[in-house]
Amino acid sequence: MNTSIPAPSDHPGPWPARLDLLQSLTGLFLGLFMWLHMLFVASILLGPDAMWTVARFFEGYFLFGRPLPWLVSLFVAVVFALFVLHAWLALRRFPGQWRQHVAYWRHMRGMRHGDTTLWFVQVVTGFAMFFLAPVHLYLMLMHPELIGPYESADRVWSGGLWPLYLVLLFMVELHAGIGLYRLAVKWLGWSGAGRARLKRLEWAFTTFFLILGLVTLAAYVKLGIEHAPHAGEPYTPTWQRSAP
Amino acid sequence: MTVRQLAIQVFRHDPRDPGSRPRVVTHGLEETPGMTLFIALTRIREEQAPDLNFDFVCRAGVCGSCAMLINGRPGLACRTLTANLPATITLFPLPGFELIADLSVNTGKWMRGMTERLQAWLHLDAEPDPDAIEAAMDPDLAESIYELDRCIECGCCVAACGTARMRPDFVGAVGFNKIARFRLDPRDHRDDADFYQLIGDDTGIFGCMSLLGCEDVCPKSLSLQTQLAHLRRVMARRGLATGD
Repeated sequence: MNTSIPAPSDHPGPWPARLDLLQSLTGLFLGLFMWLHMLFVASILLGPDAMWTVARFFEGYFLFGRPLPWLVSLFVAVVFALFVLHAWLALRRFPGQWRQHVAYWRHMRGMRHGDTTLWFVQVVTGFAMFFLAPVHLYLMLMHPELIGPYESADRVWSGGLWPLYLVLLFMVELHAGIGLYRLAVKWLGWSGAGRARLKRLEWAFTTFFLILGLVTLAAYVKLGIEHAPHAGEPYTPTWQRSAP
Repeated sequence: MTVRQLAIQVFRHDPRDPGSRPRVVTHGLEETPGMTLFIALTRIREEQAPDLNFDFVCRAGVCGSCAMLINGRPGLACRTLTANLPATITLFPLPGFELIADLSVNTGKWMRGMTERLQAWLHLDAEPDPDAIEAAMDPDLAESIYELDRCIECGCCVAACGTARMRPDFVGAVGFNKIARFRLDPRDHRDDADFYQLIGDDTGIFGCMSLLGCEDVCPKSLSLQTQLAHLRRVMARRGLATGD
């Protein structure tokens, strides 16, 4: 009646578990960070002074009395590393061969099943981010001091990065929203009505952040156009300006 | 009430016949009250295509023999009312399994391979004594085991799984459900370390991408995702406790 378990040489070892956990944890961190990032960036909607305050806060200005942009660089380096790690781990899931592409495409078309299609959206958005995200990350890594109302608006408009940010916004928000939903289902096993509620919540968040992102990008474009004649000049908060 | 005329498009091919070429044949049929796809196929075989191959045994959603792709999604022919489908119905054999002919596939061969690979049977400490009184089992536990034993191995979850379609060596929800079932059974002496050897890699639980097709098409409405998430957590804990 007893049949032996495969010999020790066949043991999968701890790495499949570690890699799966790492993919989920890096995804969780990056997804939540992108939502927070959106909120920080959207501070421009409260006015340039608010955005300047947020930017300087992360440079430790209010703690050390002077901005330390390398603190931002350090954090960007960590995010960059986690992004690369997550991308490498996620690549294991990508269809690698043409046969797999065809198999999945046919399957998806036939099934007309929301979650099967959403995974394909994650593959496409993830693939796009391989190329789009490093542009922004490298700029932030090397020039953390150029985060500010005028500085960011100049980068968006005069620097010609608004098309990249527009595409990146959709890629990031879709990937993060779907990814966080999938994480909850994957590890917590949401089923039935709970899963349907979770999915509605995910779409509510994604829609909110997409609208917020579009309005925010529009605000930077507007500011960038207005500031274009003085592109490159940093922003000085109103309370630091000398009286005329 | 007008009677609907159905157009049932059926995949036809017999791999054993060297002259056979894969094709789709359309059969016109008048819909009758309470008609299931099983009834429709039987009428087609009786009246139009006596050589049509399709499997059935119980006609009541118990045996799992009549699973097929119904308008692109896996389902049981005997449990599918034509009234719930459009007038044009496309029927294909279940993908992922060896084709016998037309709509008939060899799920038994696949299930046997999976069962042997996962050693999905009771591993007892000793040969059972047929004369001894069977040890009592807690009714709630017995109920939980019975719930998982409701799986009829129809193959719908495998055909609905995008991962399995891309990676044929993937265990599939039916296999995970079996592991979950024997893991619950106190008579089975295997522990999580043993089960980790069977499903603790990317062809096993860590290869599941949570596409949720399995849960959404299961004709027995098994909460497969709950089982998969539970196994993933248990196997991840086990994997982290495993040395290199």
